[in-house]
Parts: sequence; C-alpha cells; structure tokens
Amino acid sequence: MDVSRIFVHGCGAVSPAGWGVASLLEALTGGAALPLRELPRPGSSALLQVRQVPPPAIRPAFLAHGRLRRSSPITQYTVAAALEAVGKDAALVQNGTLRLGIVLCVMSGCVNYSRRFYDETLRDPATASPLVFPETVFNAPASHLAALLGSPAVNYTLVGDPGTFLQGVALAAQWLVADHADACLVVGGEECDWLTTSAFRLFSRDIVLADGAGALYLKRAQAGACAELRAVTDSHSFTSRHTRLQAAQRLRADLPTCSSTHLLADGLQQVPRFDRAEIAAWQDWTAARLSPKIIFGEGLMAASAWQCVTAVDALRDRCTAANVSIVGCNQQAIGAHFVRARVLDS
Amino acid sequence: MEQTIAELPAITTANLAATLTSSEIVHYSGKKYSIKRLVLFPQTKHSPLPRRVVITGVGIVTSLGMGWKTNAQGFRSGRVALKPVTLFDVSRQRVKVAGEAALPDKLPCHRLSRHREARLDRAARLLLFAAEEAWRQSGWAPGHSLPVVLGTTSGGMSLGEAYYRQTLNTPHSYRRQASRVMHYQTQSQALTLEDYFGFTGPITIIANACASGANALGHAWELIREGHCDRVLTGGYDALSQLVFAGFDSLQALSPTQCRPFDAHRDGLALGEGAAVLTLETLERAQERHAEILGEIVGYGASLDLHHLTQPHPEGDAALASMAAATRVAALQPEQIDYVNAHGTGTPMNDGAEANAIRRWAGDRVTTLPVSSTKSAIGHLLGGAGAVEAVICLMSLREQWLPPTSTLQAPDPICRFPVVRQPTGAKVEYALTNSFGFGGANATLILRRWT
Repeated sequence: MDVSRIFVHGCGAVSPAGWGVASLLEALTGGAALPLRELPRPGSSALLQVRQVPPPAIRPAFLAHGRLRRSSPITQYTVAAALEAVGKDAALVQNGTLRLGIVLCVMSGCVNYSRRFYDETLRDPATASPLVFPETVFNAPASHLAALLGSPAVNYTLVGDPGTFLQGVALAAQWLVADHADACLVVGGEECDWLTTSAFRLFSRDIVLADGAGALYLKRAQAGACAELRAVTDSHSFTSRHTRLQAAQRLRADLPTCSSTHLLADGLQQVPRFDRAEIAAWQDWTAARLSPKIIFGEGLMAASAWQCVTAVDALRDRCTAANVSIVGCNQQAIGAHFVRARVLDS
Repeated sequence: MEQTIAELPAITTANLAATLTSSEIVHYSGKKYSIKRLVLFPQTKHSPLPRRVVITGVGIVTSLGMGWKTNAQGFRSGRVALKPVTLFDVSRQRVKVAGEAALPDKLPCHRLSRHREARLDRAARLLLFAAEEAWRQSGWAPGHSLPVVLGTTSGGMSLGEAYYRQTLNTPHSYRRQASRVMHYQTQSQALTLEDYFGFTGPITIIANACASGANALGHAWELIREGHCDRVLTGGYDALSQLVFAGFDSLQALSPTQCRPFDAHRDGLALGEGAAVLTLETLERAQERHAEILGEIVGYGASLDLHHLTQPHPEGDAALASMAAATRVAALQPEQIDYVNAHGTGTPMNDGAEANAIRRWAGDRVTTLPVSSTKSAIGHLLGGAGAVEAVICLMSLREQWLPPTSTLQAPDPICRFPVVRQPTGAKVEYALTNSFGFGGANATLILRRWT
C-alpha cells in the first residue's frame, strides 16, 4: 500500500433535499432549485427566505444516545452525514480496532444555541441555562460525534469560510500519511436561523442560506474506494494585496485543464456579486459542471461538502476526474482534484 | 458548449488512463500524478524527516501587561492580575472579577488603514499586539506562502454581541452592522494579521475550545516537522466577552472567592483574556539566517476525552493519553521533565482529574516533579491559554525559574506532586504544558531549553 495515496471510502449528506446522499443526488439530477421556506425575524414584518433541512422521515436512532438528547441541529446533521459516510466501519471504531480521526469544519457553527444563550443572558444572566452554553462551543458537534462512535483519536474543529472544508480534507490526508489515524472523517456542517440569514442579507439580498452537512470518509487503502483524492491546492487568501479575483485565478491555475470526461463541481449560486470571480476563473471550462448551491442554497461549509460529494459520486460511472472549486465568502479560494479510484491501476 | 453530467458517456476502466492528457501528468516521487502544482496535499517537500522546530519570536499580552519582560516579571513574582470586570455589565452575575488586559489605544506602526484599524475588536487587537512583538523579534520579512495557524474559542464575540443587541433593539438600523458581521469572524482577524505585516498564506483556525491554542502550536509544529512548510506564524488568543463570561458563570464554574488551582478548597476558575504568538521555523533555516533561537518544541500530543461534554474523566484518562503521546513523540521519559505548567483551572473536577493523570503519567517521578498553574495569576484565557502557557514555559526555560501558583493555601492531598507556591529558581531543561477543553479536547506540548 502506498501510504502517500488517499482514497475516499464513503460520503454522507444532509441537505434541504433530505437526509442522505441519495436525496441530495436526486435533487441535483432533477436540476430544479428547491423550494424556499420563510423565517420570521423579530422586530420585522418582512420574512427571510432560506432552504432548511426537512424533518427526517424516521427519527434517527442516534438521537437516543445520551450525549445527543439536547444536541443542536448542526450536531444532528453532522452526526447523520458522518454515520452515512463511515458506514460499517463504525463498528471497527467502536471496538477499538480502527483509529478514526475527525475534522469538523464550520463557519457559523452552533448559532441557534449561541443566540438563545445570549438572549437569556441579556434578559437575566441568573437564569441563563447551563445546559445550553456548552452546546454553543464550536467543537461540540465533533465531540458528540466522537462520543457516539467511541473514538478518542485526534479530533479538530476548524473554523473559517467555506474553503476551510478542503483544508480539512488536506489535514485529514496529512494525518493519514503521517499515521496519526487509520481513517478520517471530514465533515462540514451548518445550521441557519434568522440571525445568520439577516446577517448575510447585509451583503446581498439575493443570497439564500441553507443548512445541513456533508462528509467524506478517507483511508489509505484503495480496495473498496469510490474515488482517489489526488490533490488539494494551496489556500489562496484574500488579502489587500491578493484580491478575490486573483485568488480564484490562482486556484484555477493549480487544477488540471479541461478534458471531455472531467467534471467541475463549482460553487456558483446565481448571485452575481459572489459568483463573478469564479465565473471569470473558470471561463475556459467546457466540460460538464455542476453547481449544487443553485439547487440547495448557500450552505456555507455544508455546501462545500456537498460539492465534494457531488464530485465523488460522478466518478462512480460518468467521469474520470473531477475538480472542486471553492471561492469562499471572505477568506480563500481553494480547490481539489479527485479521480476515479481505479485510474492508477492501469 | 458545456455538457451536463447526464450527457457524458459512461466510462469504462479500459479507457480511463487515456483520458489523462500528457500535459497533466508530472512525475512525483516516481509515480504519475495528474496535477501540476501541489501544496496542501500531497506533500511536496521531501527533506529528511522529522525536522527540528525552533522558536525565534514570541509575543505575549495578558492582564499582567504587554510583552515578554513585563509578563516574565509578573509570573516570576507570582503577581495576581485579576480585578473587577469593566468591559461589560456583570452586576447580575455571581462573579465580578476577571483578568482584563490593559491595551494601548493605538497599534504600533503597521500597514492597515486608519479606517480598518478603527474597526478592529478587542480580540483582534490582542492578537496584533502579540504578533507585533513576535514578528519584530523573529526578524522575518513579509512574503508569500507563510502559513498562519491560530487557536481561538470565540474570535470577535464582542462584535457578535453588539450585532445581536442592535438587531433586537433597533431592527431597522443597519449602521455598522455589516462591519460587525465581517470582523466578528475569526478568519477576518487572521486576514487582518496578514495585511498588518504584508504577507499572504493559508490560514488555519483551530477551535477546540480551551485546548485551541495548544492545538494550534502543535499543528504548526507538525506542519514544519513533517516537511509541509519551513515556517509558521502561530498562536492563540481570546478576549473577554459577556456571553462566555455568563456561560461559565451559569455553569457555576467561576470562583466566587479566589481562583486557587490545586487547593483543597478550590471553588472555581477565573476568566482572563490575552494572546501569545510565536514564530516557528526549522532549526536549519534559523541557523542559516543567524536568528536568535529562544527554544525548541520537541513534543506534542492530543487526545479526546469521551467522558462528558464539560467534565473530564475523573481518573484523567485522556489527559494521560495526551501527556504520554507528547513524551513518546519527544522520545523523553517523565523523569526528564523538569516542570509541568498544568491546565489547572481551579475547578474541583479539572484539577482532580489532572492530578490523577500527572500521577499516573509521572510514576515515581511524581513526588519530585514541580507543577504549577499560572491561571491563578491571569485567569483562564480559553483559546489563548495553550499558547500563553507555552510562552510561560519558554520563560521558565530561558530564565531558569518556576512560576508559582501564588493563591494556593492548602494543597489538595490528591496532588502527589509538589505544587510550586513561591517564586523559585530552578534548573529547567524540559517543560511540559497541558491544555484541556470542553468537548474533551486535550493537548500537551513539550518545550526544550535552547543553549
């Protein structure tokens, strides 16, 4: 086994289309933007429009776990996507034969409970709930996930703009190469409410926030893999000397040229202000491309994960290679390149 | 003309290889890879591993003051820098003291516009003041591809609070709200750091609760040690905020009397704020440019405590795993550690679990191993704690003294180790520092004296 090669062994997704990769792909294949849901905002008669995860058809069994009784939506989405991705290997983690590293990536994080706790604090700190506060920390979902799986191995929560999900993928790959873990879960998750939705509307009235989660399960072993992670590009930061457009162009230059059997899973969402740099960077691309955010909305870190899930799924039977392009909100442009797992066999 | 995915022909294994064009294929470690530039993954540098990682610049801000000299004097003398909170209303809280840092009004000379400087929140300013000291000491020049790895728990939380209050109180007033949303986010603070000094590079922000700062240093160390890059700007920071203060108070984790880590009658922690930033680079690079080497990081371990979201396992299982991993990576035995800067929050559960972990890890060495918690002086800096306490270890190594837990009155018998209670000179070759956080995040760093 070549320890420097990393393979994707599973995917998971919770999205406004439902719980599971199948519902994500079905909506993507349908090609129509999912219906909007209206959220009330305190102090305003205007309703905010979002795409949120629908309630599960059947209550997930993992909610019976003691650690998850009071868990926030982001934790539930994260856990569901992670369990789908890790599949039967969960039993190996639980019996201690597989060291599972976990990288959780979030941008807004546990905003529902944070808002609720701060609201209680402003009303009367003496009655602010001690049960809610611990759920506000960024790493609460990753902690609950590890407890559920029984994994005491290395566990990081990364915060940043949506490009951070690919940084998380690179970090997991580094851990695997360095043998810090036998397998790694990389999960991107978000939950949205009126507070984050109204905050994003300050920058564009066209943006539609979404919530959910997505996960990739990575291992060094090739057998049984559905794709190979070939590369994660440099993270091109947006600074005063390095504009968003320049960063997107450098990301484009880092990834392979277009071939007829390649796919581009991009981050376009039909908001011109946010899409402009990515459109310009990828204007040479003539092969297939998919834009999950147009269907599901701006799911921030979850949307980046959905892009990766989309790319990996396309490698099963339709494409030989897939680029993922993420031009984030305010931090970085970053990309990844996946190939069908069997390409290097020949 | 773009194709939709449904229009693509099905691919068979036989023609897969033919789809890679020759221009995409480069030879990398003797194998074919279809990508031209590779940075984050796979690894592109292949110098002999592991590489030694040294510290060439340090900056620190705490409630004891600004900079190495002031803080070293404060820690060495055991000064306690906790006082009534002035940053927000604590009149209805159980506890009313914390370690507030006194910050100058203006930042030192920098590349930010006045407009941008005016929008910086307290957390960003703590970070920049610490980074300024470290950067100046390191002698680094601005450039490209300098990675930044930071740890924080709440970033610009005070801006988030201000945003929320204005949204509730005057929902149709948007004045300054967009700026608050932008600067609230942790990545904005890291980007400000890059613009402040005029460099670019990937930003990694680790939010592993109170272990964040130690995880950030540990991750930065691993990046260099494992050959991913030659230098990293790293650190941890957090400012006091109303939400977090109220949160710890709601848990009754704050001491209503005095923070007394490892005391038999301890009753909680004190919160503080601050930042520490370090410039890490390979030993080879530091020596080539004749930089002053302040110390070396030789070990890092991390583990996860599955016991409870906010409570450690009473026997300190995960803390033991973290300490054991760090000493294993450093190829050291507990007998070789001369000082432990404990997480030592002052809560009954943390200190008990950590004392058990240290006893189990140290073995026979425990009865002579000096341990102290500097949170008695400056409070718990949350995401900044791990980085600040690593710098305190560096002070101890550089100046050969041990910082006391000066508020200790009656040591808890569970502590089999001697708790440093008075300012003490000592021979210190290796120092170990622990950081534990909510969610069970545990991290340990080991630093070595540079002579």
